[in-house]
Amino acid sequence: MEKKGLNLTLKIWRQENAKAKGQFVTYQVSNISPDCSFLEMLDILNEQLVDKIEKPICFDHDCREGICGMCSLYINGRPHGNDTGITTCQLHMRHFKDGDTIYIEPWRSKAFPIIKDLVVDRSAFDKIIQAGGYTSVNTGGAQDANAILIPKKNADLAMDAAACIGCGACVATCKNASAMLFVSAKVSQLALLPQGQVEARERVTAMVAKMDELGFGNCTNTRACEAECPKQIKISNIARLNREYLGAKFCS
Amino acid sequence: MSITGLFLVLFLLFHMSMNLVAVISLEGYDMVCEFLGANWYALVGTAVLAAGAVLHIVFAILLTWQNMRARGPVGYQAPNKTETEWAAKNMFVLGIIVLGFICLHLCNFWAKMQLVEIMGAEPAQGSALIVSLFSKPLYVVLYLIWLTALWFHLTHGFWSALQTIGWNNNLWIPRLKAIACVVATVIACGFAAVPIYFFFFYNA
Repeated sequence: MEKKGLNLTLKIWRQENAKAKGQFVTYQVSNISPDCSFLEMLDILNEQLVDKIEKPICFDHDCREGICGMCSLYINGRPHGNDTGITTCQLHMRHFKDGDTIYIEPWRSKAFPIIKDLVVDRSAFDKIIQAGGYTSVNTGGAQDANAILIPKKNADLAMDAAACIGCGACVATCKNASAMLFVSAKVSQLALLPQGQVEARERVTAMVAKMDELGFGNCTNTRACEAECPKQIKISNIARLNREYLGAKFCS
Repeated sequence: MSITGLFLVLFLLFHMSMNLVAVISLEGYDMVCEFLGANWYALVGTAVLAAGAVLHIVFAILLTWQNMRARGPVGYQAPNKTETEWAAKNMFVLGIIVLGFICLHLCNFWAKMQLVEIMGAEPAQGSALIVSLFSKPLYVVLYLIWLTALWFHLTHGFWSALQTIGWNNNLWIPRLKAIACVVATVIACGFAAVPIYFFFFYNA
């Protein structure tokens, strides 16, 4: 059976470059399939713009299967749109009704300056990782799988934390634009495993210092990050980050 | 925020227990007031408490200022639709309401009791102040508004403080939130008991 196409009004943030003044521009799209993804809907709009010899809208995307962390977009007041545990590429147009008006905005954070239109510079996250989100100890050749005993519970928690794709939705939705959920996931995935413990104190101190230096806000435990994380990272990681941090400060 | 907040929660529990004495016996309450007059231990306690409260407020202002700047030069057009608790997003506003009433409360009681005694004069009788103040409906309503704001502030503040000092995991989040709700309710109801009792049930 043919599904009824959607006619939508889009209010999209357009900004020529980092320095230019941006504004909302209104576009109309018609007969959008409810089975189409949000990014495909933007592709359709961009093709229409190109046909009219207008500049297409710039937005970040890559894998389009929810694992790369490139797509962003603050859609009607929610990062990655009105669904939980998904990225924007996994958001389908069936979440919208015919005639809806959709506000599409870039991530807003002092630490994520706009590059163009809906594309923001998230290299602040890379800088935090560069500050200590790695292990540099020589662990030798590959060991037998059971040579280092790791409790299943810790392995699971580390894996859950490692699911973070660094998309920045936590920062985008936090009223304080805090990066605590991201940093806590990146600290936790190493802190829970023996290989990460050698440099644990230096790591947590350096990563938190870098996060503060880059201008991210402070955590006030509103749990907005947890509600919007496409990988459903829990704020218990933030408590672990705080334990690691306090431990490092008192014991160094 | 967390350490000073937890300290202030302890103080609130202490202050609330002291107030409940007034419901049981006004003479007993006056004895408590006398005990906590301008003695050295009461003054040291007051100074530590004041320092805790000031630190809590100074940190709140500083952190809120940093947090407002962190959003960047342009904010969002569409209002945020992420599901969160109302109190969690309004801690600063709730804090301002609580602070405003603390000022009123200090004028109502502390300025006429310990402050007067520090100045060397005879302090007012605590029981007489309570009876006269809470015979006025305006003050009863004002104090109940204050306690409602305080309840909201504590439902978030208590578990949030424990999360900040690292006491949390997936198992303890619901438990801590339940404990926070109990603590907030005990404190708010304990304080509310005094104005309600003296307005509705007390006959001089």
